[in-house]
Amino acid sequence: MIEIKNLTKSFEEKVVLHDINTVFETGKTNLIIGRSGSGKTVLLKNIIGLTQPDSGQIFYDGRELIGMQKKELNTLRREMGMLFQGSALFDSMTVFENVMFPLNMFSKDSYKEREKRAMFCLERVNLLEAEHLFPSEISGGMMKRAAIARAIALNPKYLFCDEPNSGLDPKTALLIDDLIHGITKDYKMTTIINTHDMNSVINIGENIIFIKEGVKEWQGDSHKVIKSDNQALNDFIFASDLFKKVKEVESQIEEG
Amino acid sequence: MNESLHRLGEYVLLMKKSISIPDRWSMFFKQLIREIYKLGVDSLWIVIIISVFIGTVIAIQISLNITSPLIPTFTIGYMTREIILLEFSSSIMCLILAGKVGSNIASEIGTMRVTEQIDAMEIMGVNAANFLILPKLLGLMAFIPVLVIISMFTGILGGTFASYLGDGGVMTPTTFEYGLQIWFNPFYVWYSIVKSIVYAFIIASTSSYFGYFVRGGALEVGKASTNSVVMSSIMILMADVIMTHIMLT
Repeated sequence: MIEIKNLTKSFEEKVVLHDINTVFETGKTNLIIGRSGSGKTVLLKNIIGLTQPDSGQIFYDGRELIGMQKKELNTLRREMGMLFQGSALFDSMTVFENVMFPLNMFSKDSYKEREKRAMFCLERVNLLEAEHLFPSEISGGMMKRAAIARAIALNPKYLFCDEPNSGLDPKTALLIDDLIHGITKDYKMTTIINTHDMNSVINIGENIIFIKEGVKEWQGDSHKVIKSDNQALNDFIFASDLFKKVKEVESQIEEG
Repeated sequence: MNESLHRLGEYVLLMKKSISIPDRWSMFFKQLIREIYKLGVDSLWIVIIISVFIGTVIAIQISLNITSPLIPTFTIGYMTREIILLEFSSSIMCLILAGKVGSNIASEIGTMRVTEQIDAMEIMGVNAANFLILPKLLGLMAFIPVLVIISMFTGILGGTFASYLGDGGVMTPTTFEYGLQIWFNPFYVWYSIVKSIVYAFIIASTSSYFGYFVRGGALEVGKASTNSVVMSSIMILMADVIMTHIMLT
């Protein structure tokens, strides 16, 4: 579980996040949604410790991130897995070497055991056929899957995904969503996904936090999101005609 | 002034972060071998080609410019050797390597920065500066002196080749070889090697700094690459003056 208390962050004079309080639950896919520039990426960067908040607290299962000693922070980092928007695979390494990288750096297992673990992770994301290829030789969807395999190599307790579906076709995006959701359930991870993909919101949104102009505007799950009467949330979620119709149909069904 | 001090501070802190005990020695040695091969061994041909041609040209130019009968002809070999040992193989060759190797380092690290590969390492708990920069620093400091020695050898070989061409009339292979051997001071070789080690540190650290702090996209990576070459070259020239003053005067 990751708990955020009174988190505020500003850049120079501009307040980007204001007094955020929330809980990201274990074993659930927690989604941070909001328009571009709403502050969701800054929130994610604060949670993973890439930037420091001006005030507030972040707790990882009771361990406070802010002001943590370097040694303790490094231990915590090894419990984290991160899927970046652009995958962030190491160009100079093959897919297999990318997955082996965190294991080679931190695992005390023998080479054979590390290799076995890497192959298991690649198999979990259905990418065994691409193990000897370089990132430049595989598709965007395969890159995301390779990045997921690398992120779960050390069996992390916390998984962070920054817009995992950006640049993917709808079918591949669904596959990635299902994969992240499945991994979260299998390994009982605390997963936080930063997204503005509405398919993800409906499909895997077990705990959704809607950020508007740096303020937490709404929190709920994928069922509540359809029925919500929050105007800002509805304007964001049901911006497209397709989703407007989905809401209308849902309302009609409810009215009988 | 403030901006310069800020940059100097960033550079010092980056070096402090880079020059520390690696997380995993096996990974460090793997990276070190890779960097020596990529930055050093891959530069071998350019060093040999440039040194042979410049050595040849230096000998021909001196030969053509010695017109006074009072200057002995072995001076051509002597001057060629001194120019190559004292300045060309260390300083000029490192200026060339600053262009080739420095831009390579800055663009590699810069690309890793803008594509979030460095962030990915930091999130894993890897000291990215140490993992990426230390092998480059040590790899270059170990291999550039080797390149400098090869450059000295091939440069003098080029000069000897010029003496066989007979350009300029006054130069003969016998007098050239005599000139090469006369008044030889072995300290000049050590002087060049020491200079090259300092230059290697300048090239690797300056280029790494410019790459590591890139913000933006491909355009900024290109700018960082150019800036790293310019700054490395200026630093090399400044270090040349300082070290010549300390070691030779």
